[in-house]
Amino acid sequence: MSTPRTTPAPHPRGRRRPRGATRVPAALLLPALLGLAFLVLPLLGLLIRAPWSALPALLTGPEVWQALRLSLISATAATGVSLLLGVPLAWLLARTDFPGRRLLRALVTLPLVLPPVVGGVALLLVLGRAGIVGRWLDAATGITLPFTTAGVVVAETFVAMPFLVISVEGALRAADPRYEEAAATLGASRLTAFRRVTLPLVAPGIGAGAVLAWARALGEFGATITFAGNFPGRTQTMPLAVYLAMESDPQAAIALSLILLAVSIAVLAGLRDRWMSTP
Amino acid sequence: MTTLDAELRVGRGAFTLDVALSAQPGEVVALLGPNGAGKSTALRALAGLLPLTDGHIALYGEQLDSPADGLFRPAEQRPIGVVFQDYLLFPHLSALDNVAFGLRCKGLRRAAARAEALPWLERMGLAEHAGRRPAKLSGGQAQRVALARALAVRPRLLLLDEPLAALDARTRLDVRAELRRHLAEFEAVAVLVTHDPLDAMVLADRLVVIEAGRVVQTGRPAEVARRPRTDYIARLVGLNLYQGVADGRRVTLPEGQVLATDEELTGPAFVAFPPDAVTLHRHRPETSARNLFPCTVAGLDLHGDRFRVDLAGPLPLAADLTPTAAADLDLTPGTRVWAAVKATQTHAYPA
Amino acid sequence: MRSARSLLAATAVLALAAALTACTANNPPSNNGAQNAPKVDGTVTVFAAASLKESFTELGKRFEAAYPGAKVSFNFGGSSALAQSIVSGAPVDVFAAASPATMKTVTDAKLTGEDPRVFVRNTLEIAVAKGNPKHIGGLKDLGGVKTALCAKEVPCGAAAVTALKAAGVEVTPATYEQDVKGALTKVELGEVDASLVYRTDVKADAAKIDGVEFPESAQAVNDYPVVSLGKAPNANGAAAFLGYLNSMDARRVLTEAGFQVP
Repeated sequence: MSTPRTTPAPHPRGRRRPRGATRVPAALLLPALLGLAFLVLPLLGLLIRAPWSALPALLTGPEVWQALRLSLISATAATGVSLLLGVPLAWLLARTDFPGRRLLRALVTLPLVLPPVVGGVALLLVLGRAGIVGRWLDAATGITLPFTTAGVVVAETFVAMPFLVISVEGALRAADPRYEEAAATLGASRLTAFRRVTLPLVAPGIGAGAVLAWARALGEFGATITFAGNFPGRTQTMPLAVYLAMESDPQAAIALSLILLAVSIAVLAGLRDRWMSTP
Repeated sequence: MTTLDAELRVGRGAFTLDVALSAQPGEVVALLGPNGAGKSTALRALAGLLPLTDGHIALYGEQLDSPADGLFRPAEQRPIGVVFQDYLLFPHLSALDNVAFGLRCKGLRRAAARAEALPWLERMGLAEHAGRRPAKLSGGQAQRVALARALAVRPRLLLLDEPLAALDARTRLDVRAELRRHLAEFEAVAVLVTHDPLDAMVLADRLVVIEAGRVVQTGRPAEVARRPRTDYIARLVGLNLYQGVADGRRVTLPEGQVLATDEELTGPAFVAFPPDAVTLHRHRPETSARNLFPCTVAGLDLHGDRFRVDLAGPLPLAADLTPTAAADLDLTPGTRVWAAVKATQTHAYPA
Repeated sequence: MRSARSLLAATAVLALAAALTACTANNPPSNNGAQNAPKVDGTVTVFAAASLKESFTELGKRFEAAYPGAKVSFNFGGSSALAQSIVSGAPVDVFAAASPATMKTVTDAKLTGEDPRVFVRNTLEIAVAKGNPKHIGGLKDLGGVKTALCAKEVPCGAAAVTALKAAGVEVTPATYEQDVKGALTKVELGEVDASLVYRTDVKADAAKIDGVEFPESAQAVNDYPVVSLGKAPNANGAAAFLGYLNSMDARRVLTEAGFQVP
């Protein structure tokens, strides 16, 4: 389904346009520019105030790479778990009809609006050592999730999966369900139809959802620090490191933020052509 | 033995479908009716995409759907093939893999399924397009791939939903003729849903006309055309249709009559013209019309503001007359008349 | 109910008046007392360390009762973050920090009106689950249980490092919490068996957790400095609030919360 990669169109500046052909009303242009400035200036601020000369010293500490490595691993793992559980959930929401489906959908999207710290507390109450499920898990297997890297993945999955579910559900709703019917008339079970027809059809939506979820997981702070705590190399991800650095050494915090920014931009830019087919 | 035996009853809110349908092996049945008549509902019920609320569907003596017995076999468990109106070719698969899809669902490995699918594309004349994605196929090619995909699973019931509706007029002629050949070769039952009388009459052995969820008339296409039971059918199936062999602008029918047409053709061909293209005269007329036949009035019916006249003779014909013209000619059953049809008002096309 | 409350308020005002008089008497050079100070009204904006939340909220109510027309607006948070926002230009009258180090950020920026004054001290306790099921008796027991410490970047973490060093104990915690409340919550929810937190936090949460005192806490005392800002939008209000902090009434509230008042 992915559109073939094409060479980028020549930059519009290179072509002469009829004067006034793209005139934008000031009532739209002004707020648009303000909005742009509002979003871009803080990022510029990071770049301007970055302690460039001290940067090499700040960024060569092992804690930085530890935190970055942990961030990348846990965000990727959280995206993987989100795909595994979120795609079938999105299918359930998009393709089946049962009483309470709308309520279920609202519940699924709740983590989108829930303050992540609240999510972290909720996770503790359920999956913590003394939690409703966690207590049983601890007794049966001796496994406790809080303060472990697995706990980081759990917390990130909790906040990131709704992005994926929403994105995939949208793609599924946009995809023609009659393709699944066509597959059924050819002898495909619902699972086969889903796997061999629906999944490829909504692949761009799944990709976009995965990128969103990954980005959200990478930036996750509140649920992670609440549920998984903060221990270098085990649960201290980049955002946690940035926050704590801010307490004592703002210069280091800026340096760490720059890395996070650079990684995010690199990954999103790398995936853009592939998944985000916005012209 | 009745191959297909179905009592299709489906209630959907205020609309109810109640259609009895049966077919013999090798028979092509067309469900003909206006939009909203329930044709698609009937087709979906036959396909197993929609459960019956009452009635039954049996194929070769095997029950597929019987609400009374709590029995329903979903689409994937029925020996069917479906050609959908807009084909629904899987856009992410090549033409070959589309055709191979059903075979793979039956458990064949990829290579084996492709090997079995290829001859179907060859039969459709599409072997060189096997690797193409559906988006790169023309409308006619896509239609043939859809037919190949449905036939490749060797269905015992082939269902076609408006198979020609998505095609432009030119392509339609070719594809219709081709589809007719494939249907003729098909040994099991085919049920065709269409709102186009020409498609129905060319492709089907028997018409089942549906209005508002009920069967209003069934019969061979020519019968239905000449003796329509409702105004709707009269308007809809207002068509004289003959098959013969063309040689230039002449088509010779099996009984020896010759029809003059405007199209240059050779080989098996159809000739069709609407009933209002037929003019009637009490005496042999001085006319430029090159098709002139002596006939006897066999029946006379008023449909809306038109008389449909059923004519017997060397060529069975249907003619539409205004009430004034009918009164002037003083037509009653048994009246002998001359029927004239201008070559320019006929349509001939390859069979 | 209503009359009971107003009676309470009246008593509080009387006590406050008495305390203020006492306070003025105790500190002759200060002219922060209510009687001879300039009129105090408007909003007094106070940035205060998170650990002061319970006691300052109570003090704010009493202050407003003593100065009708004045209103105290609090912003509680991590001392470092508060100091950062003050340096960045937040309009603040009074800043109460949980450590001299964080206060230094503000004094170094030359934003203070006078020298900061240490008004309370806080010491550490070991917070444990109610009834102390793991029988934790001191810092040396922390090695064998799941422990939460504050990150060393925040004052309670720095104090914990000092105390552990004084005890000669090495503890690898399950987590370095971003603030003292986080460390406390983890005990409350049963996720860890113990955490090193302020005595005041244990007192505030006495219904859900128990505190275990340990001798080394004397070597890890946290000083809380308070200061009025040079550019205070409400200078009179700032002066009055600082004066009130020194009153007997305020000292009693702070002592009851678990602080040591010098």
